[in-house]
Amino acid sequence: MNIAVCIKEVPDTEAHIKPAADQKSIDEAGIAFIINPYDEYAVEEALKIQEAKGGETTAICIGGERANETLRAALAMGINKPVRIKSDAKIDDSLSSAKMFAEVLKDMEYDLVLMGKETIDDGSTQLGPMLGELLNIPCITMVTSLEIGDGKVTAEREISGGKEVIEAPMPCIITAQKGLNEPRYPSLRGKMMAKKAVIDERDASAGEARVQVVSVQRPPSRGEAKVVGEGVDAVPELVRLLKEEAKVI
Amino acid sequence: MSENILVVTEQINGEFRKPSYETISEARRIADRSGGQVIALIMGSCIDKLSSIPAQYGADKVLTADDEKLSASNPDIAAAVVKTAAESNEAGIILMPATTQGRDLAPRVAAQMDAGLAEDCLSLQIEGGKFQANRPMYAGKVIATVDISSKIKMATLRPNVFEASEPDTSRSASVESLSVPDTSPKSTLKEFKAAGDAKMDLTEADIIVTGGRGMKEAGNFSRLEDLADLLGGVVGATRAAVDAEWRPHSDQVGQTGKTVSPNLYMMFGASGSIQHWAGMSGAKCIVAVNKDPEAPIMGKADYSIVGDLFEVLPALTAEIKKIRG
Repeated sequence: MNIAVCIKEVPDTEAHIKPAADQKSIDEAGIAFIINPYDEYAVEEALKIQEAKGGETTAICIGGERANETLRAALAMGINKPVRIKSDAKIDDSLSSAKMFAEVLKDMEYDLVLMGKETIDDGSTQLGPMLGELLNIPCITMVTSLEIGDGKVTAEREISGGKEVIEAPMPCIITAQKGLNEPRYPSLRGKMMAKKAVIDERDASAGEARVQVVSVQRPPSRGEAKVVGEGVDAVPELVRLLKEEAKVI
Repeated sequence: MSENILVVTEQINGEFRKPSYETISEARRIADRSGGQVIALIMGSCIDKLSSIPAQYGADKVLTADDEKLSASNPDIAAAVVKTAAESNEAGIILMPATTQGRDLAPRVAAQMDAGLAEDCLSLQIEGGKFQANRPMYAGKVIATVDISSKIKMATLRPNVFEASEPDTSRSASVESLSVPDTSPKSTLKEFKAAGDAKMDLTEADIIVTGGRGMKEAGNFSRLEDLADLLGGVVGATRAAVDAEWRPHSDQVGQTGKTVSPNLYMMFGASGSIQHWAGMSGAKCIVAVNKDPEAPIMGKADYSIVGDLFEVLPALTAEIKKIRG
């Protein structure tokens, strides 16, 4: 079983994000970059399947030199091969990214393509379903449980009001939701190996972007924060404010 | 330059979901400014009784794709239907609610039609052939304005943000039935497991009552359920409460959970971490009850009470019961 995992480098969830001076991007000064948290579930799932079924795991990331560190994080967890699709520019259009991943994947042999259900930087859920169309294979999104059968997968996915159980033939795409597994910590040996690994660098064409970020702003500021009081004595006043001032109850 | 707008509605068990009304209403507002027709697409089985409703929110035309194959989630067939509907009606703009279903379906359509897609939009500026959208990035830590330049332009609209118009029962629209393209689905739905309680999705709720680490144990969330029931709201949770397995992940609000925009967001025993704030700072009114006056949320919530939640929560529930009669 060969598994490809699409990963992305994103700012740490702890990071304070603010617009850069040009108001067109974010100020990256002092920001630590990590592997997209949902992609970690995808990496973990790839490793679990590999442990059970054998085969090879490949992580693919689009980015500049800095993205090598994100690939090394995946290698340290246990991924076999790192591929970086070279791109110094930030890509605003998920369809451009999907086309770049598709270009690299079409020359690879894979049974499964895994990735997180969303990238937490641009809040995009587009990659998996788009790749499914571009590669003409099934894509199951928001997966919380995955079983590998004979030439097919059975996946449970989270939707509003419950869970769906979906079956699809392989090769197919799975996007990982929290709950799929508990990502492992990298071992010391894994980290050492990751440091020495040679990254396979590829070119792929982003084409013309259909979506472009033209400006980035701070969210609208909220009104004044008001401490109503202490303990149960403050409750009647809070209820009055919610009813008469905020008019929300 | 006027463009027809196709709205892909969402219904469940023969009823529209609220974001469908919001999306049709927004499409109407755009068409009123820029011209073009608003076309509402309804997919599913036995949907006849729904076909008169989109007009009340501003649709000029209704397309129904009534087929057993569309009765359950089937994104491949749904994507083919949307594409056919858009092409046969010369729609230049396709809008959908940014629900779980919409966010799975829209990218499939976008890839097929080589369309730019802006997800989870907070506002749209569409005029003179120019299409711009404001959308959250970094889980709402910043708002980005994006420009879509492709021929077909797509957006998903965040639930609870766009206003649904008052239904105008005097409006009507032509209804056309759409044949479902003969596409074979790439995957098969084997089973649907309904959640124990059929509660409203957090992203659609007007009122959310959230508990954090300070709730101490799973059993204490029943007190939040009581308050939520009283207010017609739903219960949410912080990551700490979900990681402690007090609540399912579907209840989690924050950067690695759901992003919500209710009218009222009440927090009990939650400190308001930067990741949580990212998921709920779009709430119109935020209330926090925390025993620590230095907790980050206390400097940000519209209203806060410093105190033991196990004392304040029952008192608050009782007080609201009083005014609700």
